[in-house]
Amino acid sequence: MPVIKDVVCTLCGCLCDDLEATVEDNKITKVGKACKLGRAKTMGPFLHERIEKPMIRENGELKECSYDEAITKAAEILVAAKRPMSYGWCSTSCEAIEKAILLAEETGSLIDSTANVCHGPSALAAQEKGAPSCSLGTAKNYADLIIFWGCNPVHAHPRHQTRYSTMAKGAFTPNGKKDKKMVVVDPRNTDTAKKADLLLQLKPGTDYVLIEALRAIVNGHEDVLPDEIAGLPKAKVLELAEMCKAAKFGIIYFGMGITQTRGRYKSGDNVSSLISDLNQITKFVMIGMRGHYNVTGFGQVASWETGFPMAIDFSRGYPYYNPGETGTNDVLMRREVDAFITGAADPGAHFPQESVKHLFKIPAIQIDGYANPTTEFSDVVIPAAIAGVECDGTAYRMDCQPIRMKKLVETTFKTDEEILTEIIAKVRELKGNGAKGGA
Amino acid sequence: MIETILISGRTIDQGATLEEKTSQAYFDAAAYCELNEGNLEALGVSVDQNVKVATAHGTVVVPAKIDKRLPDDIVFIPMGPWANAIVDPDTCGCGMPGFKGIPATVESTTDPALSMKELMATYKE
Amino acid sequence: MAEMIIKNGVVYDPKNGIDGEKNEICIKDGKIVENVGAGAKIVDAEGCVVMAGGVDGHTHCAGKINTGRIMSPHDMRYAPIPGLSGEEPRTKLLRPQVGYNTPNTYAIGYRYSKLGYTSIAEAAITPMMARHMHEEFEEIPILDKLGLVLMGSNWQVMQYIQDKDPEKLKAYMAWVLLAARGYGVKVVNPGGGSSWTWGKNVSGLDDKVVDFDVTPADILIGLAEANEALNLPHSIHVHCNNLGMPGNISTTLDTMKLLEKVKTKRDRQVMHVTHVQFNAYTGTSWMDFASGAQDVAEYINKHDHITFDMGQLMFGPAMTMTADGPTEYRNARMFDAKWSNYDQELEDAGGVVPLSYTSQHFAHATMWAIGLELALLVKDPWKVMFTTDNPNGGAFVNYPEGQALLMSDKKRQEVIAGFPDMTMDRITLPNIDRELDWGEIATMTRAMSAKMLGLEEKGHLGVGADADVAIYNIQPDKVDPSVEHEKIKKALSFAKYTIKSGEIVVRDGEITATPKGKVYWVNAYENGIAQGEKDRLMTDLEERFAKYYSIQLSNYMVEDAYLPRPVEIRPEVI
Repeated sequence: MPVIKDVVCTLCGCLCDDLEATVEDNKITKVGKACKLGRAKTMGPFLHERIEKPMIRENGELKECSYDEAITKAAEILVAAKRPMSYGWCSTSCEAIEKAILLAEETGSLIDSTANVCHGPSALAAQEKGAPSCSLGTAKNYADLIIFWGCNPVHAHPRHQTRYSTMAKGAFTPNGKKDKKMVVVDPRNTDTAKKADLLLQLKPGTDYVLIEALRAIVNGHEDVLPDEIAGLPKAKVLELAEMCKAAKFGIIYFGMGITQTRGRYKSGDNVSSLISDLNQITKFVMIGMRGHYNVTGFGQVASWETGFPMAIDFSRGYPYYNPGETGTNDVLMRREVDAFITGAADPGAHFPQESVKHLFKIPAIQIDGYANPTTEFSDVVIPAAIAGVECDGTAYRMDCQPIRMKKLVETTFKTDEEILTEIIAKVRELKGNGAKGGA
Repeated sequence: MIETILISGRTIDQGATLEEKTSQAYFDAAAYCELNEGNLEALGVSVDQNVKVATAHGTVVVPAKIDKRLPDDIVFIPMGPWANAIVDPDTCGCGMPGFKGIPATVESTTDPALSMKELMATYKE
Repeated sequence: MAEMIIKNGVVYDPKNGIDGEKNEICIKDGKIVENVGAGAKIVDAEGCVVMAGGVDGHTHCAGKINTGRIMSPHDMRYAPIPGLSGEEPRTKLLRPQVGYNTPNTYAIGYRYSKLGYTSIAEAAITPMMARHMHEEFEEIPILDKLGLVLMGSNWQVMQYIQDKDPEKLKAYMAWVLLAARGYGVKVVNPGGGSSWTWGKNVSGLDDKVVDFDVTPADILIGLAEANEALNLPHSIHVHCNNLGMPGNISTTLDTMKLLEKVKTKRDRQVMHVTHVQFNAYTGTSWMDFASGAQDVAEYINKHDHITFDMGQLMFGPAMTMTADGPTEYRNARMFDAKWSNYDQELEDAGGVVPLSYTSQHFAHATMWAIGLELALLVKDPWKVMFTTDNPNGGAFVNYPEGQALLMSDKKRQEVIAGFPDMTMDRITLPNIDRELDWGEIATMTRAMSAKMLGLEEKGHLGVGADADVAIYNIQPDKVDPSVEHEKIKKALSFAKYTIKSGEIVVRDGEITATPKGKVYWVNAYENGIAQGEKDRLMTDLEERFAKYYSIQLSNYMVEDAYLPRPVEIRPEVI
């Protein structure tokens, strides 16, 4: 039974590339080295149902049709729209993302990734203060102080601690956990926190205050601090600050606790400032724990193609960017969008209720391998091959490292890239712009 | 009824069922509200009995679960349609809605929890 | 394929000794040929300047620049130079364009072409990030490209030098170029990038690198000797230690002297030193710092083993991006600027910091003068490449400004007249009246850069060269660059014609076609390294990847899919 080695996992931002897939009869029957998430993702097409045929909604019911009919209908919807929006593109290849951006350009659409509800504020933080970071291998080799701030890797990035952080053995951390200290900052005593050397269980929404307090201590102004900070005793905050100053190489891995809480991007902005201040004393860096395996890739591709990492508006003919105005949930909540195409993401499941209500009102196109809440409001549903399993392509890890995903099995499903290419061709035909144009 | 703060977020089971959101496994993974022992007692609710969680933005009914290490003033619902029925849509002018830290109330209820499809259907006009 | 003949041009082709002659240029199948048939398409140069397409041998155009883009959304709207900056909507032919210092990939391709440039070299990429560089390359239209791969703070390089194992070092360097599909060897602040992982740096050529028993001098000699043993087309390409620090002139001169002992069999330099302006400061602090250009020029005038590029400053906003991580942190703290950093495991450091240069600050004014002094005091233009270290000194769309300055003393004096008094005894530029002519400009912007890189078919218009041609709207017998520098600047900004591989891509400053360019890379591994050495290397690498890297060895190598139009160069084994 052939075992394909060095397989790239396509679930979370760890982008582990050491998986081993056993392929029998064009099916993956076993996945070695993967965590629960990776196994579920890699074997998914063989474990449970998927969307088998394209569908178009008629009289409230989704009816099967051909790829051609679905693609034509999708193109018609986008061409007829005054303010179309394209969303998602995090669980697919960079090659598909390039096509999604081209389609958005040609239809004067908005386009955004799942970063809108995840690490978008981290991009804003980088735009305010910069991103002082490193590669995961550097972190593995050097970091003796690991701080998980507002993230829970045991649940969201299960192999992170063994491959890159707490338990990983590296050049200057040959004894793994014994050579390191691990700290968690979280209002909940999570499954990650319960193994921490130090837990700062702050009050929800007080991350900014705690970061500010740490900066005060690091810059020699601890005398200004009150006895209680962020719901924590001052002594505990001092303890963390001392650990930071004593570290040889410290790293803050941060997640939704920094991006989604009160203060939004200001917290990430302040973490970046804290890192800069700490580097006056010792080496410190930060890495955002990106949720999906190629949301980083969208940010990279969009930046080199359009200048902006997310929330891009092509209605002027050139890219325009203003999160708060052009973010997906911004425009949905203002009811500005009159057509919606989503691929490789599930806004139906992951958007707030007000946005979802609007999505039910407008024509919507879904490109995905699996039925999900987004299917419930979609008018055109186009089944896609699973990238990294049924087709190859590029993905970017949470530390911006690009790795090429493999094709493990043959498929009759079209890939995201192919589907988008066909929609683009149809859009050009409908607009009377048969020539290649600008691409 | 208790007054509390709602936090939504990832869990490993929710992540492992991302591609089967029409299944019972996904419902089990994403449709529940975790409270600590003291809060369950105060509500007179046992594990797997339904609770109604309400915020300024909506209400949702889900089975209760226990997390002994949760503080008294925090409840947790995994990210997904059930949490998103009641999170704060306001992006504060920067694009990101309020998925964490939403003031909420929780009370015991005999109302049924909605399946994924039933819940989505409530958004149709 | 199509035949073309360029008539009535005044040709500057320094490599072939042509210095303003009325020659015809014949093109067939994308190459310069001896002659063409009667049906050839005629391009009438109308008495204007004709040169080979420009070759930018040092620009930050793919890879690290993306961090710069993400950090500066405001740059996307910034349009100080109409037609070469800011936002331009998509057209039937063109993708949308944005930016000034960190433009999007389409803007990079279009705007370089408008300037009459046809080949660019990404100045610095780590092997592990090379895949990213190639992805961006694929989205840069028109131009031919290559990438210089960072090796100067690489653990394997330092280990093999420390082990005194030149054969293993050779094998590894060749393997890295294969893994990255890279063209040449880049060295930035040798050794410092590794020390920076602990927040430390190296202070000079003889300072030991943290955790290794080697010095920057060891690294430079080791890499240079192996580079020549591999017979690579390009020499080592070096960003010296102590960049940006007053008094660094001694480090720079010591670095150049150090390389005197390395010999090459090729007809080129043994070391190319980059953006020397940032490394040519005398003094002990910012208060007494001054131009060291005279010292550098004096040395270079007496020695033939060095080429260098200017790193010319342009006033206004700039974006610094370099593998010199410690310098970037220092910049950020000094100017209270945004700071991005990246320590690449085992390979090198990096930082991105937006800065702004003003003619009203004596330090910036002095730096501006230093770049020009270097180009004007060095007598032989074959030793000098024109650059701004785009976008560190300034955005590449300012090249016409810099080139016009080199051709006009009057223009230089106009700028100097606005400088603060504190500048004046730090610089010698006011007393330099040399003005470069078209032949010298052509040398510094295409002929010498192609030679320095070892690109035999670029930078000249002899038979066999690639048909990459620039025609600028200046009749040299009618326009005096010394006086009419504004006309020069305008003509160099918007080419009358740019021809790429025999196809007209720019006409009167507008893009007319967007073919895709090629990517050059060097394979010195396959034939160049004996099997025994390959085996020895791989045994070591397999262990190092398992222990220290975060990526599998098989996933590290850049795959064929990323180079749809490669030009693979295999150096002769010597």
